Amino acid sequence: MSILQGQITRRSVIVGTGCLVVSFSLGRAFAQAPAAPAPPTTPPAPPASLPGSLDDDRFLDSWIRIDPDNSITVFTGKAELGQGIRTALLQVAAEELEVDPVDIEFITADTGRTPNEGFTAGSQSMQNSGTAIRNAAAQVRALLLAEAAKRFGIAPTELKAENKSVLAKDGRSVTYGELVSGEMLHVEAQPQSALKQPGTFRVMGKPLPRVDIPAKVTGQPAYVHDLRLDGMLHARVVRPPSSAATLTEIDQGAAEAMPGVVSVVRDGNFLAVVAEKEFQAVNAMRTLAEAARWEERETLPDQTDLPAELQRLEREVGTVAEAGVLSSDGKVFEATYTRPYQIHGSIGPSCAVAQMKADGTLDVWSHTQGVFPDRAAIAEMLAMPEEKVHVIHMEGSGCYGHNGADDAAADAALIATKVSGKPVRVQWMREQEHSWEPYGPAMLMKVSATLDDQGRIASWAYDLWSNTHSTRPGGAGALLAARHKAQAFQPEPAELRISPSGNGDRNANPLYTIPNKRVLWHFLPDMPLRVSALRALGGYANVFAIESTIDELALMAGSDPVEFRLRHMEDPRARAVIELAAERFGWDKAQMPRNRGRGFGFARYKNLAAYLAVAMEAEVEPETGRVRVIRAVSAIDSGEIVNPDGIRNQTEGGILQSISWTLYEAVAFDRTRITSTDWSSYPILRFASVPDSVEVHIVERPGEPFLGTGEAAQGPAAAAVANAIRNATGKRLYDLPFTRERLRNAVGRA
Amino acid sequence: MSISLTVNGSPHQVDADPSTPLLYVLRDDLALNGAKYGCGLGQCGSCTVVVDGEAVLSCMVPIMLLEGREITTIEGLGTIDEPGPLQQAFIELQAAQCGYCIPGMMMSAHALLRRNAQPSDEDIREALATNLCRCGTHMRILAAIRRAGELMKAASLPESDEGRAG
Repeated sequence: MSILQGQITRRSVIVGTGCLVVSFSLGRAFAQAPAAPAPPTTPPAPPASLPGSLDDDRFLDSWIRIDPDNSITVFTGKAELGQGIRTALLQVAAEELEVDPVDIEFITADTGRTPNEGFTAGSQSMQNSGTAIRNAAAQVRALLLAEAAKRFGIAPTELKAENKSVLAKDGRSVTYGELVSGEMLHVEAQPQSALKQPGTFRVMGKPLPRVDIPAKVTGQPAYVHDLRLDGMLHARVVRPPSSAATLTEIDQGAAEAMPGVVSVVRDGNFLAVVAEKEFQAVNAMRTLAEAARWEERETLPDQTDLPAELQRLEREVGTVAEAGVLSSDGKVFEATYTRPYQIHGSIGPSCAVAQMKADGTLDVWSHTQGVFPDRAAIAEMLAMPEEKVHVIHMEGSGCYGHNGADDAAADAALIATKVSGKPVRVQWMREQEHSWEPYGPAMLMKVSATLDDQGRIASWAYDLWSNTHSTRPGGAGALLAARHKAQAFQPEPAELRISPSGNGDRNANPLYTIPNKRVLWHFLPDMPLRVSALRALGGYANVFAIESTIDELALMAGSDPVEFRLRHMEDPRARAVIELAAERFGWDKAQMPRNRGRGFGFARYKNLAAYLAVAMEAEVEPETGRVRVIRAVSAIDSGEIVNPDGIRNQTEGGILQSISWTLYEAVAFDRTRITSTDWSSYPILRFASVPDSVEVHIVERPGEPFLGTGEAAQGPAAAAVANAIRNATGKRLYDLPFTRERLRNAVGRA
Repeated sequence: MSISLTVNGSPHQVDADPSTPLLYVLRDDLALNGAKYGCGLGQCGSCTVVVDGEAVLSCMVPIMLLEGREITTIEGLGTIDEPGPLQQAFIELQAAQCGYCIPGMMMSAHALLRRNAQPSDEDIREALATNLCRCGTHMRILAAIRRAGELMKAASLPESDEGRAG
């Protein structure tokens, strides 16, 4: 580590050792070097960039606290969503701190305690928080070793950190708690850390059992749904029957007179009941719903002609990628693909608890993906200063993106302000979750591609039509309660933004080598159905469309689909997962019996994160139209491995969830209302149809950056299903989902 | 009105409307977390408990039908310190992602394993026909139930309803 003489700051004086000076001045010195001293009028250069989320919260003790009793607390702004991030981040911290995971108290997203890491989304928790915690922990370990070296009067290299103590070769030892004093850890992190080498790992790279699972399988309180506070009341919301409905008449009397009912809340179009017991609230909700009169309007598009509706909504076009000159010479393949609106469909409807306290502060417990943005939105909705709102993450049912979590938090917050003092628990009903959560947006993808006479892709034109895939808070207008209350907030207008990681255009630019291409996002600012982030965003449908097209081009070229992909792929890590998945599947030798087919899919998530390839064998019943995936064999490279079983669990889940989306799922609606309101009107994957086996093979990349895992599989899995059906039947399906009716139509058995 | 219920071997007097579905009484009156509200329509299985050996959707059954019956929830299969075979198997195979549906899965499996300690894959899929999982943990759930059968066979003691949680 560097020593910067002549840049002594207040913090360096406090640290006082002289051997580890970490400060703003250090960052500036790096940023400016080797330039000559700047004239006084030049504004100071920004501080040096720090690893991961350390760049946003730069003090070590924002992430790691060590108390005199030798207790260790690690903080993350990310939230456990069922993806196992708590366990993986704990492993990272334990590794670099040289302690056992059980010795760490681990605090997740809480506006009163943890760093602000925005949303837990985009498969970025390992990159952002994992990188920050790893570097912070390594730097804390270095500070502890330096302090011990000073006390013992020997070089840090003569010491080792182990089991919450620093040990000298001569037998002396001192605990971390004894070493930490004053503001020793209240220092800014440095850009560089002395990270442990992969060969020395004790905890990282090993399958540590998830720390949250024992409580979940034994009925311990594990979810915000299980939070029971003293004097807690139960609320239920009565939502409008459709998104544009307005309340014209309500007689609250019958509901108010029901047993246990504490109050009926009305604020514009926002209606709720509060009762002493939960089922009393459910009954009162039903009575109140029957008493409400709404004026409804036809605002939804024509579901029977969604492609035309999506094109009608286009207002702007963004260029995602452009290279060379498009041409229609050679063999041409053209296709149009569609993806419907799809739900997150958490098994547990959204839930929150809120309490307006006598001191004018509001506590909200929520399974939101972003405690800080949710706090800002709730504070705006209630016209409260942000610092008076405290949002604490507690787990919910898996969310898979922006579902009803933030809205339920806003519901609870708004109701809590009307029954001041008592905590209020709100849980949505099933039909509310299905009808009101923001959906994954419908998409239309058109491809026109050509092959040259060498069997290589020469030209690629790709046009996609889509809304934005993120309407998260943000402002209060992102919250249903804020939209429905009398002083209503409007959603922020959506804007077309082209970014490296993409949104609706995520993965729209193929990773394959194609000399001439043009990728356009036809942007739809108006959102007749409420939409937002669903796992993988546009990546799911874009990869489905690209990888379906690649298979057709391979057929036109007379090539094997795997060989054809490799022919167009230069990235060695991409090639490695493609080759591994093919090998483990037995792609070369696979002989498919009648009505069975094999399909392949690949993507690098966002074109900059995890690599995933999957091969599938699927069985088709032409008479019924039923499709079942028999087996899936995948290979993933998500960089440095922290918890291999966590990677496998997430990847298995991503594959199965994508099979469900791809075979079964589409939101149904008429011109006024959502009609997919439960699991019979919106079917998903059931046990009878899950594969016989799902394999996940992990490519180890020791020393490489974390790439994240949770959303790598969805696009490739959809493509593998489509390509397996094509292989089994000779027919390609272009419209998601591949329902029995569509399959029967395709094979002429309708 | 008071109704007496036997849950995990312990008697309880519950002061609730007799038409209240069992799920709400378990969660609200008895402070048991295992059974989960998922749909209230009998479509998802996350509220599954076992009544007299049979898997039952607790969101659909009013408590007035349950006097004198033996109700078992996930809390009755073991504790975090002394997990029962099903719980051990789900922990061993890390058969959860968000975990919300898992207690319902386990109670469906419990009813199955009581009558068939060595179920086939088809038997397990059939027993879980009404249980939905959204995280895509299905393969591990199937494996964990097979593993629980092995653990129970190895221990040579059938899963007991007699309230291991005490």
